[in-house]
Amino acid sequence: MINLAGRDILYAWGKFIFTGLGLGLLVGLTLSMAGIYRGLVDDGMVLLQNGGADLWVVQRDTLGPYAEPSNVRDDAYRALLGVRGVAEAGNVTYLTMQIQHESSDVRVMLVGFEPGHPGEPGYLVAGRPITRSHYEAIADVKTGFQLDERIRIRRHEYTVVGLTRRMVSSGGDPMVFVPLQDAQEVQFLKDDDALVNERARTAANPAFNRPGVPGLLEAVQASQASSRTVNVVMLRLVSNADEVVVAREIRRWKHLEAYTRADMNEILVAKLIATSAKQIFMFLVILAVVSAAIVAFIIYTMTLNKVREIAVLKLIGARNRTIAGMILQQALGLGAIAFVVGKTVATLWAPIFPKYVLLLPGDAVLGAVLVLVICAFASIVAIRAALRVDPATAIGG
Amino acid sequence: MNVKLGRKATLITAGIGVAVLLGWLATSQGPLAPAKVTLAKVEQGPLIASTFGIGTVEARRSYAIGPTVASRVLRVLVDQGDVVKTGQLLAELDPVDLGDRVVSGQLAAERTASIVRAAEAQLAEAQSRTQLAVASARRSTELRAQGFVSQEAADAKGHEANAAKAAADAAAAQLAAARRDHDRALSDVAGVRKLRAQARLTSLVDGVVSARLVEPGTTIVAGQAVLQVIDPATLWIKARIDQGQAGGVHVGQPAEIVLRSDAKRAYRGEVQRVDWVSDAVTEERIVNVGFAARPEGISVGELVEVTIRTAELANVGSVPAAALKRLDRQDGVWQFVDGRVAFRPVKVGITTLDGRSQIVDGLNVGDEVVVHSEQVLKPDTRVKVVPAIVRANP
Repeated sequence: MINLAGRDILYAWGKFIFTGLGLGLLVGLTLSMAGIYRGLVDDGMVLLQNGGADLWVVQRDTLGPYAEPSNVRDDAYRALLGVRGVAEAGNVTYLTMQIQHESSDVRVMLVGFEPGHPGEPGYLVAGRPITRSHYEAIADVKTGFQLDERIRIRRHEYTVVGLTRRMVSSGGDPMVFVPLQDAQEVQFLKDDDALVNERARTAANPAFNRPGVPGLLEAVQASQASSRTVNVVMLRLVSNADEVVVAREIRRWKHLEAYTRADMNEILVAKLIATSAKQIFMFLVILAVVSAAIVAFIIYTMTLNKVREIAVLKLIGARNRTIAGMILQQALGLGAIAFVVGKTVATLWAPIFPKYVLLLPGDAVLGAVLVLVICAFASIVAIRAALRVDPATAIGG
Repeated sequence: MNVKLGRKATLITAGIGVAVLLGWLATSQGPLAPAKVTLAKVEQGPLIASTFGIGTVEARRSYAIGPTVASRVLRVLVDQGDVVKTGQLLAELDPVDLGDRVVSGQLAAERTASIVRAAEAQLAEAQSRTQLAVASARRSTELRAQGFVSQEAADAKGHEANAAKAAADAAAAQLAAARRDHDRALSDVAGVRKLRAQARLTSLVDGVVSARLVEPGTTIVAGQAVLQVIDPATLWIKARIDQGQAGGVHVGQPAEIVLRSDAKRAYRGEVQRVDWVSDAVTEERIVNVGFAARPEGISVGELVEVTIRTAELANVGSVPAAALKRLDRQDGVWQFVDGRVAFRPVKVGITTLDGRSQIVDGLNVGDEVVVHSEQVLKPDTRVKVVPAIVRANP
């Protein structure tokens, strides 16, 4: 038997292919939106994975360090190392800031970490780890920094010695890793003018500048310029330790807040990025609905354009099943082309996005099924219209 | 029929093409794609271990010159940057009444000198009287023996002689007391003179004035510095080195010093002292590094970077430091085996500042290890070897 659908497509293949391409771009858009949503959630996940920590110890009664500010004294790690079950501890600071790069600003999250301790980037795509205790940096490739480039952060120049990837804050800002002490200085040491002004202010305070007590003013000023806080202490536990038990011990006896990976996931995904994720998800749903409607309209109008041909078919005695099959096959063919085109373009343009786009194979399969189901449903409307065509229209009705 | 078959072939070809395209997309672009890695070989060669720290330029000998008592500054004769000699007068404090007290002391000494002379005269008189009385008493005793005078008269003469002796002793004691008084007055005046001299602040060394801290008219407390004098020959670096990297630092090791004001140049230096006390709060060891030749125009307090060469290994195996990973508290490297990676525990020695780590045990020269990867590697991760993961922009 002749395949009517194939015949019809071959008859106007250009139109069919271009319609499929157009639909494909729409499907690609929807898949990308799904990828953006997945990427947003994944950004939060990698933020937790990258440090390689089992427990996050932060200031008491805060949801730090990602969702709320948190300050912990930098010698707290010594006490934490004494807790049973703790194997390694690393101080980490976070600061979101702008860094000058080639006459423009790059927004980065500055991470202070201790080399060899939890919190350091787990892998590099180029360069070497930090070996000096000051003025070296590892940057995420999204920052645009090159190896051996000198970047200025506040008052010092840092050499980029290594590059990494997928190291972003929950907001998607690429990270720049510097030694802890430098990061502490960046957080608390102001620019020169602010320092001078602050010194003048302290000197003008009679409580700190007493004539009979030489040295007091200098002591006060020295204490103002130093920083002994970090934002989080990351802990790695021994292999058989129960993280919930250790977290409870720390909360009870060290008077700090401790979060397990599950807690952190909850904070990041359910609290921090919840609103923006929902926003994108909502948009994804609307986009999917709109795409479905457009697919349906296109198939419907495609069928209506063939009213005359269908009437001729009816006139020559074609069965309804044949006509319905033709329309359904065309719709499914269109859907298949659209999916292939959509998946291809979504994959190809994903790396160009400024933020991470994660295209999961599961999403693609779901997308394929949805596209075909929508096409099938849309063709039902068109089939109903086709079956109602009066054969008389074929002969000038 | 031919046409139909041709169409079928076309459709099948198209279908296979689409399947291949989708398969390629899924396995090479998405999360299912193998992780890209770069490899490097274990190399044999010399390694230079160094440690890095930052510090400030400081004077090893710095002299804070100030008074020992509270006083007012009268004059300051030198300013910052002036070269001074040992003993040079630098500043003077207001002596207030010290000059008057010196004069008063001198007068008191003169007065006691007069008293000493009076006491000497009195002693001479008393001694003269004693001689007369003793002679007279001896004569009376002889006359009594011959019966020319009464016993009573002889006793009276004896008493006179004894009294005159006692008076002479008293005069001698008074003279001694007057001499002590005179000595004391002299000491007093010497003491006040010294106090007066304290008001003149002089340099203890040949050096340079590094700070002029107060101006004339200021009242300062005991111990407060008026001027700071440093010995420029003793300028050195007080470097702070992370305790974790300060292990191999010893006196005499060569060092490179980069001044913040002249970052393009490295000055040669040498470790001169490693402090016994390290900073417990910042967890840093304090190491003093001296210049081989002191740079011109150097300023105290300037930030410097110090690189100390701690060891030199002649011929050892090493890998890029980026290749070393920690898995379950065990150092090791990832090795490429049949498209997948396997973890190989190694024993690591020193790591150089340019990022090469010595392999003490676990790998042989020529073994290939994974250096860079685009994601965290786990055992049996599928990988694809590429020359470089990120292309360097020209």
